[in-house]
This record gives sequence, C-alpha cells and structure tokens, in this order.
Amino acid sequence: MRSKVFQNPPLLAASLCLAALTLSAAADDSVLIKNVTIHPVTSADIVNGSVLVVDGKITEIGIKVTAAKGIKVYDGKGLHLYPGLINAASNVGLSEISSIRDTVDLDEIGTFNPQLKAEVAFNPSSEHVPIVRAAGITTVLSLPGTGGNFRGEGAIISGQASLMHLSGWTWEEMALKRGVALDVTFPQIQMPSRQIQQFLGTPARTFADVERDYKLKLEQLSNFFEDARRYAKAKAAGGADFQPDPKFEAMLPVLEGKRALFVRAEKERAIKDAVEFADKEKIKIIIAEPRELGASAALLKQHAIPVVLGDTLSLPLKDDDAYDSQYTLPSQLQAAGVKFCFGTFDVEFARNVAFNAAAAAAFDLPPGEALKSVTINAAEIFGVADQVGSIEKGKLADLILTDGDPLEAKTSIKAMFIAGKAVSLESRHTRLNDLWSSRP
Amino acid sequence: MRLVKSTLCLLVACAALQGESILIRNATVLTVSKGTIEKGSVLVVDGKITAVGRNISAPAGATVIDGTGKFLSPGLIDCHSHTAVEGGVNEGSLSDTSMVNIRDVLDPLDINIYRALAGGLTVSNVLHGSANAIGGQTIVIKLRWGKRAKDLIFEGATPGIKFALGENPKRQGYPSDLFSGGQAAERRYPGTRLGVEDEIREDFTQAKIYQAKWKLYNEQVAKGEHPIPPRKDLRLEPLVEVLEGKRYVHAHSYRADEILALIRTADEMGFKIRTFQHVLEGYKVAKEIAAHGAGASTFSDWYGYKYEVIDATPYNAAIMTRKGVVVSLNSDSDELQRHLNWDAAKTIRYGGMTEDQALAMVTLNPAKQLGIDDKVGSIEVGKSGDLVLYDKHPLSNYSRVLKVWIDGTQYFDRDQDLKDRVQLAARKKELLDKEKAAEDAAKRQNGPGGRGSGGKPTGPPEKKPDTPNPGPPKPELKEAAR
Repeated sequence: MRSKVFQNPPLLAASLCLAALTLSAAADDSVLIKNVTIHPVTSADIVNGSVLVVDGKITEIGIKVTAAKGIKVYDGKGLHLYPGLINAASNVGLSEISSIRDTVDLDEIGTFNPQLKAEVAFNPSSEHVPIVRAAGITTVLSLPGTGGNFRGEGAIISGQASLMHLSGWTWEEMALKRGVALDVTFPQIQMPSRQIQQFLGTPARTFADVERDYKLKLEQLSNFFEDARRYAKAKAAGGADFQPDPKFEAMLPVLEGKRALFVRAEKERAIKDAVEFADKEKIKIIIAEPRELGASAALLKQHAIPVVLGDTLSLPLKDDDAYDSQYTLPSQLQAAGVKFCFGTFDVEFARNVAFNAAAAAAFDLPPGEALKSVTINAAEIFGVADQVGSIEKGKLADLILTDGDPLEAKTSIKAMFIAGKAVSLESRHTRLNDLWSSRP
Repeated sequence: MRLVKSTLCLLVACAALQGESILIRNATVLTVSKGTIEKGSVLVVDGKITAVGRNISAPAGATVIDGTGKFLSPGLIDCHSHTAVEGGVNEGSLSDTSMVNIRDVLDPLDINIYRALAGGLTVSNVLHGSANAIGGQTIVIKLRWGKRAKDLIFEGATPGIKFALGENPKRQGYPSDLFSGGQAAERRYPGTRLGVEDEIREDFTQAKIYQAKWKLYNEQVAKGEHPIPPRKDLRLEPLVEVLEGKRYVHAHSYRADEILALIRTADEMGFKIRTFQHVLEGYKVAKEIAAHGAGASTFSDWYGYKYEVIDATPYNAAIMTRKGVVVSLNSDSDELQRHLNWDAAKTIRYGGMTEDQALAMVTLNPAKQLGIDDKVGSIEVGKSGDLVLYDKHPLSNYSRVLKVWIDGTQYFDRDQDLKDRVQLAARKKELLDKEKAAEDAAKRQNGPGGRGSGGKPTGPPEKKPDTPNPGPPKPELKEAAR
C-alpha cells in the first residue's frame, strides 16, 4: 500500500517532512490542499473543494481558494479530506508492551495521585505513535491509569490525563492540552468472579467484603475532597504556617470547576453514584467506559454530563443481556440526548477507535453522529473545539486524506497533516511490510 | 395430553425439516469462489445448496426470503476458537497432554455460541489453550444453538491436535507469580524455545516406536501368531494418528524461528503441520510455510501485547497470501468471533487485498485449512446451506447480520431475536417477582430481619433467574491462550 502513496509526488515531499523541517519553518506548515471532497463534520460536505492552511491553521475553505505564491500545493484528486480522528481514551505513549511491566508507566502506587501528569512520561518515540497515526488519528487522550481493579486494589485517582497531538519532537511539543481531566475509578460494588479469584489465588471474597470496601472507598473519596477544600481555604487565608502540597494543588482546578473528573463507572449504580457525588461536590465530571445505562442515560442528560464510551465491540455484561447490548449503547445515549465520544482505553487497539464508532452505526447510531463521535464531540468534551475536531476556519489544520470513509476498515489513509505539517504514515508495521515483502 | 401434543409438534417439525427448501432471492450473492451475483438467488433443499444463479423458481412449499437490497455470504468460519469449552481451556499439568479432548467438554449452552451466530459465524475450530508444547485434541463444530453437544460436532471433519510454541508453553519452565497464584509453582520442562523444539521431537520419537510396536504386533497376528499386544498409550495414540495423516496439527506460534523449527521437526519425523495459528511472523517464512503445505490462521491486526509479537504487522495476512499461503483470520475470542467479516475488511486497508480475497479469509480459506471446503466455505451447488444474510455488504463496518442458516435451518433471525427479548424480559421479571415475594413471605414469617436473622424462606426454593451458563468472563483469562 505504501508504494501507492509514493506514486503521489506531493505526498513524497510530505513523507520527507523530517528533511523539510530543516528548511523554512514558516513555509512548512502552510499548504493548499485542492481537488478534494471536504467533510468538515460541522457543516455540509464540499465536493471538489480546497482548503488553505497558513502557519498551521485553516484560513480558507471553499471551491475557489487561491494561495499566496510559494505555498505548497497538494493535489488530492479523488481523495476525501476529513479532520484528524481523536481517540478520547487511551494509554498511548505510556505503555509499550502491556504484559511487560518495565515498558509500562501506568497505575502508580497509591490511592490518590491527582498530581501525576500523563504527559511527562509520554514517550514521543513509542512505536505506537506512528502506528496509531496511520489509522487517521491525530490526537489521543493519554490516561495515567487503567481503572484496573483486577486485583481489587486499584487507585481511585490515578492522575491527570492529557490530550496529545501525535506529532512532535518532545512531549512538550506534542501536548495539545495538559491536565484536561483527573483519571478517576469510581468505587463500585463488583464481585470478582470465582474464576478470577482462582486465577489470582486470593481468598474468596463475600458480598459483605466487597460492599464494605466500596463504602470505605466512597468515604475515602469524600474525605479527600473535604481535605482538598480545607487546603484551598487555608491557602486563600494565606497564614504564615501554610505549606504547599502538590496533591492538593492539583485538586484546586477541580474544585473551581476548571478540571473535570474523568470518572470510570461501568454499571448504572456507579454512574448514579458518580452523578450524585458531582452534584454534592459541585464539580464537573465526564463518565467513562460505561457498560450499562438503564435510567442513568436520562440522568446524564439532565445534568449535561458527557460520556467517553469504550469499545462498542465488547461482550454483553450478563449472559441474559441482548447479544447487541454493547453495540446499541451509543445509540441509546444518542436517543437520550447525551453527548459522547469514543476511546479504546488501551494501546494495542487504540488505532481501531473509528471501528467502534462504525459498529455503533451498524446498530442504529446515525453515521453522521458516528463520525462526530470520533472528531468534534471529543474536542468539545475536552474543551478544545476551538482548535481541533472539524475543518473550520481558524482551527489547527489536523487533516487526513483518505480514499473513502475513515470509519470503514477497507478505507486507506493516504496522507496526514498535524497543525498544517505533513506527517509520515510510515510505522514499524509498514517498514516490516516493505522489508519482508522484498524477501526473494 | 401435553406429552402427546409436544410429540406431535416434534414430528411435524421433523417432517418439515426433511423436505424443507428455502429460496433466498434477489440478493447480492457473494459466492466467494465464483464471484458476485447481483440480484442472485440461492436455493437450499434438504440442507444442501441445489441452485445458485439469477432465475431460480421456488419449488412448491419452499420458504421464500426476499433478499432485495441485501447481501448473502457463506457462513463465516473461525479456525481458532475456545467458545463452548466448559471451564478452563488449558490442561497445564504436562508438556504433552495429547490424551485430553475438547470433544469431552463441549458446552452447548455457552451463550457465546448464540452471540457468534448473531455475527454470522457458523463453524468453529475449538482448541485447547497454549500452555503445552503438545496440547489436547481439538474438534470442529457447527454452531447449532439449541442442539446437544454431540450434535454440534461437524460430521466428517478431521479432528485436530493443538501444538504451541514460544512464550506460552515455556512459561511453566519459569512460572511467574501471576500464573501460580503467588505460590512457588513447580518448574516444568521446557523453559526455552530449544526445549519446546526438543519436546515435540521426543514425543514423536516415542510415538514412532509405539507405532512400530503395533505394526509388528498386527503383522504377527496376521500371520496367525499369538503375540502379547503392546500396552495401550492414550497419549501416543493421537500422535500416531498425526503420523498417519488422520489428525491435523494446529500449531500456536508467533516467531519465524519457531515456525521454521517446527516445519523441520515435522519433515524429519514425517508428519504435516496443517495450520500455524496466530503465526504473526509468518510473513518472514511464508515461502517455507507454503512449501510445507501448511495454512496460516492469523489475527488481522493484533500487536503489542507481549514480547514475541514485537514484529507483528497487520500486513502479515496479505504478504503470506501473495507468497502462496492459504491464510485465514481467526478470533481466539468470544467477542471478535462476532464480527470476523469486519476484521477481514482490514486486509484491504493493510495490504490491498481484493474483496474476494478478504472474504475468503473468513470463509473458504479456513474451510480449506480444516479440510471441509468440499462441504462449506463458499456458495456452491452441493455445499451445505450455511448462509448469512446482511443488510449491507459484509465488508462494510456498517453492515448488520439479519439471518443465519446452518444446513438450511435458520438458527438466527434478528427480527425474531427482537421479539423474543420482550418475552424474556417478562419472564425474568416474573421470576424476580417470585423470588422477591418468597423473601417477603419469609420475612413476615420470621419477623423483622428475615433472612439476615437466620430465618429460612418457607416457600419452595425459587431458582434464581440464572442463564444456562454462568461461565467465566473468558476474555480476561484468555491471556494464557493467546
């Protein structure tokens, strides 16, 4: 497939962006993309249109767009132009090989770690970055936790998640928005299965044990917020003996409603608990990876709480659930009027986020909504809709060129621009393909 | 009276099944082996496809399905599944557990059979996990939901045996706390790829000696002599079947070195590898795999989950196909098996496969690998009526399965499923209400505190509304199976 890409001369230049970087930095992120079908997402499609990008930002969109002299022209004849896709929940950059702990920087020790910042350990050289990019994804939310209660000893606050652009020399350059939300695993009553208990070799836990843990964790969470409020008060009072504390400092934007809690809540009851908690604490929350909605969908709508959905392609929770109970979760949310986007909550399937949106569309979500759920909705939920998520004047030029709908697995991603700069779609996977295809 | 009635019903049903014919008309028929027929029809009589083409008239009494605007494909086939296995998939005690058999632990009530059907899957190759160099005996099943275990088995399909190479079988050589429940587990040979290679050779060396003993015995008997028969060895018998070509080897593998090593062991010992499973580095030794005549049953795009998949690439399936290997895409997952058609579409993005090539990877190619391509895998006259009707092209991620037939019998119908849900919900509520009522009655009888105070409910014990198979959430435990 890559050989096809190289038949396109302007793209060859684009692929050599590393070399181009050493030339003129100013010209590097300006380009006129013409002869494409533009899918702006937030407005009607434009056939045979052009998009002008100057200094990394979109300045013109339309049928007749002229560029200043010296600006590179990319003729995308026959191709489609979409905004770059967003994976709104991943561990990209923080985990290389999930089963080898040395390569994983997730789930720090401790129950409350709001001060930990995902971006500072984001490895710009991770093999996953170009692999995920090759699927048309330009931005990921990187989470510091996994919500892993596998051993029943998971953290409650894992740290701050950051929105990362998948291009840049350092994590600083890659960070699109830092500290967008606190990664929280909301306490819930979850009986570990007999099989898992056997597998881990831990003593059997009764419902009473699990319920006690749940209540204890809820109390811990409330106490932590109370401590944070006392800290804020003490800081405001400015007494001579006030001592700064990084943990509580990280909680101040939460208490001020500037930083949302990214709340992992699987079941209806946990979602209700989380909404109640947010109400009581007067804080902003985003519900993450729900698996069962029930009456909570209406509750989320009522409180205007957005949702980051996990894999649509998941098994039903219970044996007697409908076979498509996870497939229809997104359309249920849509029907309830709740805003949502998609994440994969992992690394090795992070590139497939669009297929989860497509699967939802196969089960009653309108295709237009599916596309929004991996573009503009994610941008809106994380407060970056002024920068990314659609093709609009004034936004960063995060763009992908495709030979079809990017939510279809059969579609090829032909080129990508991040903040106006052409980005290579080569990866370890394409290099292995090139090398070994040539074995005689 | 009731018994008579139900017996009558059964008789009627059997009669209908015997002479049943179904005509699916005016659909886009994706035959896989002979191209696509727009506005095509497929006639199934007595479970077999009897006509495929443009103008087919319905025989008297045939059920006619209007496929206008819809797509028809052969039933999907998964060459690597652990669905319908009761309990654990690994017999981890020995490095060679060829005496155990999946056939003995088939669970026809596994709800994942139905869920897979709802995604168009009709045939699965059900295997053990990968904890041993030589694992247990495997079985090919048809997803005949509602039938007994013995009726799931694919008639005439050659049974197999699971082999495993690489990290998983050597793990017991250096067990980590995760897999031994925190206790010091006993170390088990092999603990390296060198040892895995040797283990298989050792086992087949024994199998050949055993085979020779029986050959000699049978010759002596034929001559009218009365020798003492060799001691029956249930571990070596299946390996002799492998040597005699009566049992297929399905070998879990990742790296090129171990794949090549097993091919050479097989050459040396005189048996064939039928399929390499997972085979994520198969693209590096595609030439050798093709020359051996083995198939490759791989993942569409899995990578990054363990060290031995460091050189995984989603181009694997396409490279191997171009180099002459028969390639299928498998699921190894109760979830992924529900949409193998969507997985197949990935080979178009990664490697530029044609639509027919992509579809073949989840239909005809796995059928070839399992030696059942004379019966299933494409829409052809004479093959089984294993068919899937979709609302859109199955390689579109927007497509949805509407109906599924196996041997011409409808096993899934989305409309029916939607209707049944209403009934199921009512039945569940009824049972829960009954349980609640019994609890309340017990509370009244025993005063405040009810059950908590030690009182026993007086009514008849109500069965909780459990579904047939309260099985484990398998995906989480499948780590060892990958």
